[in-house]
Amino acid sequence: MNRKETVNELQLLVYELDVESAMTKEVVTVSPDLAMDKLPKILKSNRITGVPVTEDGRLVGIISLEDYVRWAADDGKPSCVGDVMTRKVHTIYSDEPLVSAVSRLERFACGRLPVLDRTTDTLAGIVTKGDVIESMLGNLEIDYREEGLRTYRTSRFFEDIVSDSTELSFAYEIRGESISEGGEVASSLKKTLRRLGMHPDVVRRAAITVYEAEMNVIIYAKAGRVRVSIDQHHISMVVEDEGPGIPDLEQAMAPGFSTAPESVRELGFGAGMGLPNIKQCAESFEIESVVGEGTTLRVSFHMEEACA
Amino acid sequence: MEVATGPMTLRRIQEMLGASCITADPPLDLEALVGCASDLMSNVLAFGRPHAILLTGLTSPQTVRTAEVADCVAVCFAYGRQPPAETIELAEGSGIPLFVTPLTLYAASGRLYELGLPGCPEIE
Ligand SMILES: Nc1ncnc2c1ncn2[C@@H]1O[C@H](COP(=O)(O)OP(=O)(O)OP(=O)(O)O)[C@@H](O)[C@H]1O
Ligand SMILES: [Mg+2]
Repeated sequence: MNRKETVNELQLLVYELDVESAMTKEVVTVSPDLAMDKLPKILKSNRITGVPVTEDGRLVGIISLEDYVRWAADDGKPSCVGDVMTRKVHTIYSDEPLVSAVSRLERFACGRLPVLDRTTDTLAGIVTKGDVIESMLGNLEIDYREEGLRTYRTSRFFEDIVSDSTELSFAYEIRGESISEGGEVASSLKKTLRRLGMHPDVVRRAAITVYEAEMNVIIYAKAGRVRVSIDQHHISMVVEDEGPGIPDLEQAMAPGFSTAPESVRELGFGAGMGLPNIKQCAESFEIESVVGEGTTLRVSFHMEEACA
Repeated sequence: MEVATGPMTLRRIQEMLGASCITADPPLDLEALVGCASDLMSNVLAFGRPHAILLTGLTSPQTVRTAEVADCVAVCFAYGRQPPAETIELAEGSGIPLFVTPLTLYAASGRLYELGLPGCPEIE
């Protein structure tokens, strides 16, 4: 897998996995009655920098090394954890998708999130950035030692995923080396949309659209790219190339119009149905083209009733 | 003569077209809901319906891509045309069973139609 594919896979996984699959279940906790001066030893022996504070299994706060340092610097007068701890704690439920944990960890710039069980409202675990990364790479069966991924793992991982956490987006390059290789983008997008549990009809229409657009780029423009973004209600796609452009869009849109050469027709293309097909499949359709500069196609699909 | 129209298993299609299967472990109990015949891929995408059997004379890998994108259940090549290895390889990878019939495209389509497998737009 190259890095781009890895990012695509990871972005999908954060939506598919839940917090429970990544969290640490054996959580070290302390009671609010614990004397402050006992805290460093507990943190140190467990090699952690913060710990949830619980009372009868219920989360009442969180106390970190930072809190300890502040307390000690203040005057260090005898106190217990309950007096010093942070009471307002950002938490997450164990059945939420991992992407929620990722965005919350980033947004609140915290190192860890206590995980709560939704039905009992008690502490079920704790999740850190490290847990998220570990779990996702484990799911991808990525060899951590693989060259390039080692550095990737720590530096770009969260940036890539969090870049826009409410919207899933990915890009594919189209290279027109040979017509017979065309369709790779359509095929992999189709798999991705299926994995996301989208309605077969939406998946089919989106795949046909990308396939037609991809073939046009390969045949007429040689190279280009597809950008796909998915939010809760839409799939949007932009297919762009820096090819020769289309002199007469109205003509190009007419069913049956084609400038495909014989060599392309022999391979099953050139019916002049590609653009009409795309217009038929997509819910919104826009095409822009400048001769000598290139062509940009924007389409979108609704998936309101189409979430399996 | 009135013929009942409806889905047809790949097993029956293979038998009726005297076709051989050229991909491993064909799921012969799968049903085709409609038939679609063309050598033009955009036509397949425009007029095809999900779960179609695609009859074609075009043996390039694009046929398999098209079948995959259009949710076809299988592809059957007419005129006894054996596809190149890259087409078979792609089909194995994407789980699209491939058949080859000695019949012409016209005869193969006619035979399935006669046996009651509907054409694409008719299903609606
Ligand atoms: N990206 C593009 N760059 C330049 N010209 C294009 C591009 N896309 C389409 N065209 C022009 O528009 C015409 C119509 O395109 P359309 O996809 O509808 O049909 P086709 O590609 O000719 O045949 P088919 O898609 O049925 O195989 C093409 O023949 C070509 O002249
Ligand atoms: Mg086209």
